[in-house]
Amino acid sequence: MKKLSILFAAALLAGTAFAATARAGDELTVVSWGGAYSMSQKKAFVDPYNAAGNKVTEAEYNGEVAKIKAMVEAKAVTWDVIDVDTPTGLQGCAEGALETIDWGKLGLDRSKFIGGDLLDCAVPNIIYGTVFGYDTTKYPENPPTTIFDFFDTAKYPGKRGLWKNVQVNFEWALIADGVDPKDVYTVLATPEGLDRAFAKLDTIKKDIVWWEAGAQAPQLLADGQVVMTSAWNGRLYNAVKEDGKPFKIVWDHQALDWDWWVITKDTPKLEEAYRFIAFASDAKRMADQTNYISYGPSNTDAIPNVPTDMLPNLPTAPDNLKTAWNLSSEFWADHKDEINERFNAWLAQ
Amino acid sequence: MAATDVVMPADVVRTADGTPLKKKLRQAERRERMRALMLVAPLFLFIVISFLLPIGVMLRNAIYDPDIRENLPLTAVALSAWDGLAVPGEETFAALAADMKTANKNKTIGLVGKRLNYEISALKSKVTSTARKIDKVTAGPWKEAFTAIDPVWNDVATWAVIKRSSSSLTPFYLLSVLDLRTTADGGIEHMPAERSIYVQILGRTLGISLLVTLCTLVLGYPVAFMLATLPQRHASILMIFVLLPFWTSLLVRTTAWTILLQDGGALSQLLSFTGISWLLEAFGLTDGPPQLNKSRFATVLAMTHIQLPFTLLPIYSVMKTISPTFMRAAKSLGATPFHAFRTVYMPQTLPGVAAGCLLTFILSLGYFITPALVGGPSDNMIAGFIDSTMNVENNWGKASALGVVLLTATLILYYIYNKLIGIDKMKLG
Repeated sequence: MKKLSILFAAALLAGTAFAATARAGDELTVVSWGGAYSMSQKKAFVDPYNAAGNKVTEAEYNGEVAKIKAMVEAKAVTWDVIDVDTPTGLQGCAEGALETIDWGKLGLDRSKFIGGDLLDCAVPNIIYGTVFGYDTTKYPENPPTTIFDFFDTAKYPGKRGLWKNVQVNFEWALIADGVDPKDVYTVLATPEGLDRAFAKLDTIKKDIVWWEAGAQAPQLLADGQVVMTSAWNGRLYNAVKEDGKPFKIVWDHQALDWDWWVITKDTPKLEEAYRFIAFASDAKRMADQTNYISYGPSNTDAIPNVPTDMLPNLPTAPDNLKTAWNLSSEFWADHKDEINERFNAWLAQ
Repeated sequence: MAATDVVMPADVVRTADGTPLKKKLRQAERRERMRALMLVAPLFLFIVISFLLPIGVMLRNAIYDPDIRENLPLTAVALSAWDGLAVPGEETFAALAADMKTANKNKTIGLVGKRLNYEISALKSKVTSTARKIDKVTAGPWKEAFTAIDPVWNDVATWAVIKRSSSSLTPFYLLSVLDLRTTADGGIEHMPAERSIYVQILGRTLGISLLVTLCTLVLGYPVAFMLATLPQRHASILMIFVLLPFWTSLLVRTTAWTILLQDGGALSQLLSFTGISWLLEAFGLTDGPPQLNKSRFATVLAMTHIQLPFTLLPIYSVMKTISPTFMRAAKSLGATPFHAFRTVYMPQTLPGVAAGCLLTFILSLGYFITPALVGGPSDNMIAGFIDSTMNVENNWGKASALGVVLLTATLILYYIYNKLIGIDKMKLG
């Protein structure tokens, strides 16, 4: 009897394993970052697209380039369209893991897209800001208003959330230390500049709570684990709008960057992938997305269609752009290996 | 027929059809063996495909490094005779130009840049932009063309890295996970202190695993003893308490701990309600309320919770086999209960202790999600670094090398364990 049940369990296990590897028919798989962001894409793109008789399934990932690379190398592409950040778009393209975009096939005017000419293998999707937000109940008066306040634990005591990553943190540290945002990358490329950034981060190190997935940042704030945290602006906006959290965004020195649509190299669904991206890049669809999340549409034609009450919440609103700076993916492509190693050693100390 | 009869000795036992019995028996045995093999074959294949093959690939990836050789083939050949003293001559530059044009077309230049960037920071963008620009140059002199694009090509160090990485087999990844690197003249030196990290992480992984093993042993041994000696009716109820968490997903239990331990959470409120946190602060042990979440304490606590059944169950099943008459005999011969326990009972449980501890220790070495969720930045264990090296840095060579280090460390410990205790003495029940 015991033997039989073991056999049965093994068979069951093998069965589920096979079911998991089997591909879901002829559907196009679109992969994105999950949470509120994926939900906005579902409402603005996937649902209307499926309503028109197409078949798109959604999946989530956490930005792992390795998975895309493994898929291409194994010639078993199951993710057709992926929403990636700039470093992945850059690296994936240079390493041949992504299809080169044929804009003629998309039927879109490349010059209409902010940053449209930056990458060969990607179509600009949204523009997001890395900002910091705070809990308004913790600061009834005299709340933090600048990035200098974020690094000032004497004036604003309490834990701070930061992304466990090198990007943005090092630039902010230098800006808070008095470096002009436009010189940040030249300073950071020198050993002295890097030391200076580490020294500035040292001043708040014991108060930092590191987060890894985008949804963790508003969660830390909601749980009272931190009094302020860096986050992608849309995540904070949704926590306020959907969950009624008492958070406020500080737009000072926000870091601007893109998210992109890319097509995995050698996908068997190349045509469908192009069709989906063209649909999702349409001005009306992109404007509609701002109803669900506060990211800036990259299609300039979409901007007049953005609801007026939504406009001030976008990172691309003129008021929010005053001190904004552009994240340099080229810099990080070059220096991430080295700085990351030092960053990990610093974290472990 | 007659001829065979003459050759065959008369005393050979034969079966009905005339073949020797010995041969017939061998045939039958072979059939049996084949049948047994067929039964084992699925498991054998499964182990080969899901276990041995990936380990083989990992071992290979840790030293196999074909990116430069495959994508800069002409340069690799041209550099093979280079003495490394001065910047190479025109023909090497011409080879590099030809290679770069091909790599640009095949979109493999990114791989070249990525590999070289591991050793010289900022080389990635220089390689890609040089390749783009050299694509437009149609004729030499190449050396001048390259140096005009970027002075980095006039640096001996750049060429030394290309030459070093152009061999298909490299010690680079293994050295770098041991915080070592090769010098320009081929020697080996330590990484600068601010970039040395992996040896420390390995030490930390071993330390945490050892601590967790000890905690589970100290907590689990008495419970196992109680379970083994209680009447069956009570023991089964208690057993449920041990097994229930064991059947719950690891992720669920870890998440539960993050909620219990968070600032202002249940445990921290309990500590302040009972005045323990005030006491800790008064004695200067903590600065403010104790930080429970995101700490080494939380990591060891959650891991101990998860590993407890793994240590406890083998001990319990060994204890079940020990007859209570031994203890009674010892006592009747005049031993105190403690003395009887120590000299008669405990030695008999050692095979179970050995099995449970080894199981917990080796499983602990590979912990990844628990330290990431409840641990702080200085509690990440080696498996967490393998994940981030793979997924964030996209450096498979280094990730494989880290895997090799973990595997080697485990095998060495297993060997020592075998020498000290003997694996044949280990009993799972």
